[in-house]
Amino acid sequence: MKSKAIISGVHDTKVGALPQSTCMSLHTEAGLGAIEDAGLKVSDVDGLLTAYSFTSPQLMLGSVFAEYVGLKPRVSASISMGGVTAGLLVAQAVALVESGKCRHVLCLTGDNRLTGLGEKVQAMLADVGHPQYEQPYGMSVPAAFAQAAQAYMHEFGMTHEHMAAVAVNQRANAAKHPNAHMKKPITMEDVGNSKMVASPLRMLDCCLVSDGGAAVIVSAGDAARDLPKTAVRILGVGEGYTHEHIFMSPSLVDFGCKDSAATALGEAGLKHADVDCAHVYDCFSSTLLICLESMGFYQRGEAGGAALSGEFAIDGRFPLNTNGGLLSYGSSGAAGGMFHVVEAVRQLRRECGERQVKDAEVAFAHTLGGIFSGHCSIVLGRI
Amino acid sequence: MSDSDALKKPVPLPDADSRVYWEGANQGKFMFQRCNSCGKAQFYSRSLCSHCQGKELQWLAARGRGKVASFSVVHRAPIRAFAADVPYVVALIDMDEGFRFMCNVIHCDAQAVRIGMPVKVVFEERPGSSQKIPQVELM
Ligand SMILES: [Zn+2]
Repeated sequence: MKSKAIISGVHDTKVGALPQSTCMSLHTEAGLGAIEDAGLKVSDVDGLLTAYSFTSPQLMLGSVFAEYVGLKPRVSASISMGGVTAGLLVAQAVALVESGKCRHVLCLTGDNRLTGLGEKVQAMLADVGHPQYEQPYGMSVPAAFAQAAQAYMHEFGMTHEHMAAVAVNQRANAAKHPNAHMKKPITMEDVGNSKMVASPLRMLDCCLVSDGGAAVIVSAGDAARDLPKTAVRILGVGEGYTHEHIFMSPSLVDFGCKDSAATALGEAGLKHADVDCAHVYDCFSSTLLICLESMGFYQRGEAGGAALSGEFAIDGRFPLNTNGGLLSYGSSGAAGGMFHVVEAVRQLRRECGERQVKDAEVAFAHTLGGIFSGHCSIVLGRI
Repeated sequence: MSDSDALKKPVPLPDADSRVYWEGANQGKFMFQRCNSCGKAQFYSRSLCSHCQGKELQWLAARGRGKVASFSVVHRAPIRAFAADVPYVVALIDMDEGFRFMCNVIHCDAQAVRIGMPVKVVFEERPGSSQKIPQVELM
């Protein structure tokens, strides 16, 4: 059996409106925090994987960060794949440590999108649309995701209430996290009364825009014995890709998450039912329900009812997005997905306080980029 | 960006792959490609068939009929140029020839659009641009 990689350190910064923050300050705080959490020195890090930044669009972001903090990695790369990137950094880091190329790989994300960009961020996000075949039609990112939501309502009976229940549950979870961006409790009525953005998605069905950063360190399996904290093993990783633009998606109800989840669970030798807590990319409430069913955690048309009946609560049958997710904890570009990975690790280390899922042994983290375009699933286990 | 630029909707810039499509639109034709090797239709036009990577593609004019595969009524425009249009419909259209494209459903009550509705292609003229834009209307 090959030596499985571990996550040796994690850190996330404060999230929300951080007017003093910059792309580099968030990277530095998250990166050095994760290094400290792993009990390592900066010079121990021999691999650096970063994402991308909207506020500070660098051609070589990783190199800029390494220079800034005085890190001289042996391997360095920056990956730009939208919201799926956080998972991909971890996936690539696993390959680097399992091949012996690196011993400690820092996977680093962060952006000050809220105070650094303000209103401009929606236009920048809409740039993901095809310049000839989508942008001339005023396609917003919510409108693109809404195509799948509308189809799902039509085909499998997803309702506004199902989506609202997701948002309400995650706000309740965020209230239990000291760092969450939005903690004020919301009700089903609040979601239903929030402004329509792109039908069927209302404002409270949409993720936040936050400043923030997050990092994890992926280390060789045998480093576990030297760690100050409980190591978490990476049991399986999978990716899946079907299209880039939503009009090219072969399906509006099944996406690359189907393959990525199957691959990750297969590599781990585990079944859906073995997962104790899930941390699934939730750019929109509908996206989460659709992915859960496409991945096989729920049968078609059943995830919404599960949300309504409280199954996703921290003490429910399927604890989901215990930090509040992108909807309520925070969403800072590629860091949005990394917050999910960090929370999964904290659950397995049993560090979550009143958010703790009892006896969590196996966690599932999932990131998504584009318009359901790219997916990465990661299965983590307590050693 | 100047104020008048900010109010201008994005205009497609035809390239070697798409010139026939956009020139067709200016002449009131919805052009698409069909592969000589596998026989499948593709949208958008490319230098090869995305189903089989075949290089021989023929250009055909679509009949201009299709159905709404999905849609969303946009209430918050992504850029200022579309702000005056809200609420407007962004839809995915399944054309009878076997391909899907995105457009707006125009000249209708936005709230009336449903999945499965039959539509027909029309070509929209936009102020300040000589490029006509393929759109659909409800039948
Ligand atoms: Zn072909």
